[in-house]
Amino acid sequence: MHVLVTPFTSNAFMMQALIAGMLVSIACAVAGTFVIMRGMAFIGDALAHGVLPGIALAFLLGFPGILGAAVGAVVMIGGVTVITQRSRLSSDTAIGLLFIGMLALGVVIVSRSNSFSGDLTAILFGEPLGISIPAILIQATATLVIAVTAFICARPFLLLSFDPEQAQVAGFSAKLYHNIMLFMIATTIIVSFQTVGTLLVFGLLIAPAGAGALLARRIRGMMAWAIVFGTFSVYSGLLLSYYFDLATGASIILVTTVLFFIVFILQNARSRLPNALEEIQHE
Amino acid sequence: MSDVTHTATDSASAASTEASRVCAQARDLTVGYPGEPIVDMINFVLPYGQAIALIGTNGSGKTTLLKTAVGLLKPLDGELSVFGTRPGGNARRIAYLGQFHNGGFILPLRAVDVVRMGRFPLHGLVGGMDEEDYEMVLSAMRAMGVEKLADTPLRFLSGGQQQRVYLAQVLAHHADLLVMDEPTSGLDAGGRELYLQAVHDELRRGASILVATHDIQEEAALCHQVMLLSRKVVAFGPPQQVLNSETLLETFGIVIGKGQKRPTVLEREHRHETEPSSQPKPRVRRFWPR
Repeated sequence: MHVLVTPFTSNAFMMQALIAGMLVSIACAVAGTFVIMRGMAFIGDALAHGVLPGIALAFLLGFPGILGAAVGAVVMIGGVTVITQRSRLSSDTAIGLLFIGMLALGVVIVSRSNSFSGDLTAILFGEPLGISIPAILIQATATLVIAVTAFICARPFLLLSFDPEQAQVAGFSAKLYHNIMLFMIATTIIVSFQTVGTLLVFGLLIAPAGAGALLARRIRGMMAWAIVFGTFSVYSGLLLSYYFDLATGASIILVTTVLFFIVFILQNARSRLPNALEEIQHE
Repeated sequence: MSDVTHTATDSASAASTEASRVCAQARDLTVGYPGEPIVDMINFVLPYGQAIALIGTNGSGKTTLLKTAVGLLKPLDGELSVFGTRPGGNARRIAYLGQFHNGGFILPLRAVDVVRMGRFPLHGLVGGMDEEDYEMVLSAMRAMGVEKLADTPLRFLSGGQQQRVYLAQVLAHHADLLVMDEPTSGLDAGGRELYLQAVHDELRRGASILVATHDIQEEAALCHQVMLLSRKVVAFGPPQQVLNSETLLETFGIVIGKGQKRPTVLEREHRHETEPSSQPKPRVRRFWPR
C-alpha cells in the first residue's frame, strides 16, 4: 500500500501535480460531459490546438501563457462562428480549417524563436511536475466556476443537447447558452493547459466522459463516472511516470484512453445478452 | 384556462371576450427564410380549445409555418399573433414538438428525464420542481402508455416508444398551445389511439393545437380546421369542406394517368413529368385504415 501513497506524501511536486491534475479532471469531466452530449468533440479538439499560437506568442512577448491561450480561444471560436454564419460551410469545415491553420501558426512561431524548442513539448504535454501553488489556485477557481456554471445552466444545457430548437421554444436562448457552453469548454482548456498541456486537456475532456457515457443511465451518472475515471487516470498516470520514469502527461493520457477501451470492451461483451433481453421485454 | 368561460352581457365586452378567446391568429402572413418566402397569404384564427391541422407534402411549408408560430422563424410579412403578442415570447404557455433527427449518440437519459424537460419552461433556470410537476410528468407518461418505461434509458427504447416519450413531454407541459410537427410519425396503432385520446383531452382542457400531419383521416376527425399547403394555401376550412379529391390532388401534386399502362406522376415542384422508377404502383398517400 505504501508504494501507492509515499510518492505523493514525500514529494511536494508530486502532491501538487496530483491536486492540480484532480482539479483539471473534475473541470474536464463536467465540461466533457456536455462536449460529448452535444457532439462538440471536434471544437474541443480545435480549441485545444487553436490556443497554441496564442500561448507561443505570449511566451515570446513575455506575457502569461494563460492570456495567450485565452486570445487563441477567442480567435478560434470567433473564426468558426463567422465562417459558419457567413458561408454555406458547416461548422466542422470551419473548425478543421482554423484548427490546422492555428496549429501551423503555433509551430511556425515556436520554430522562429530559438529558446522554444523544449517548450513545444511543455505546451503540448504540460509540465504536471512543475506546477506552482498560484497555478493550482487559478485552477481551483476555474474548476469552481465551471462546476457552478454547469449546475446553474443544467436545464438549458440539457435542452440544447436534446434539441436546440426545443431549448429556444422553452424560453432558453439557444445562442446564449451555446455561447456559455463554449465559454465553459474554452475556460477548461485555457486554464488546464499549463498543468497538463493542450493535448492532454483534450484527452481528459473526451475519454473519461466518453467512458461515462457508455456506463451511465443519467447525465449526473455520466459526470460522476467521468470524474472517477479522470481522477484515477491522473493518480495512476503520475504513479506510473514516477516509478518507470515515463513522460508524465503522456502517461496520464495513456491511462485514460486505456480505461475508455476497457470500459468499451467490457460493456460490449456484457451488454450483448442483457440488452437483447431488455429489448425483447420492452417490445 | 379561466378566460374561456363566456360571461359577457353587452356587445362591447362580448367582442373583447371574443378576442381573448383567440389563441393565435394570422393575417396575410408570409412564412419562410430570409430572402426565401415559402408560403404567403396565410390567414387563420385559432380559438382556444380548437385544433388546426396543416397538411401537405415535404417542403410544402408546414414545418416553416409551425416554426414561425413558435418564434423560431420571424414572419417575413403580414401579421401573426400568438396569445395576443408576437410569437416567441411565451415559453411558459407553448409546447413544441419538432422533428428530431435522432442520429448517432443517444443521450444518457431515462424516459422520465425527457418527459420532465417539458416542465422546464415553467420553472426557468433553477426553479425547483414539486409534487405537482411530478404528478403531471407521471400522468403524461400514463397518457402515452410509457409510465412503465420511466426508468428505462432512452437508448433502449424503440423509435415508436421514443416518440411516445416525446409526446408525453409535450403533454407534461400543460401548455395553452401545443405545436406539433408530425407527432404520429413512428407510432404504432396503439400509440396513435393514445395520441388521439390525449389530443382530445388537451382540447377539452381548453388548449389549442397546431399540428402538421400526414394523417389525413384521423386528423380530419379531430381538427376543427384543416389547412392544405403546397408552398401556398390550397384550401382552408372545416375538414368536411376542404378534404376533397380536387384539393388533395392539388396539395399532393399527383396525377395518375388513367388509360395508360404506367401511371404518370406530375411533380409540381419541378414542373415536369417523371416516370415512377420501379413498379407501376400509384404513389398515392396511404391513409391509415381505421
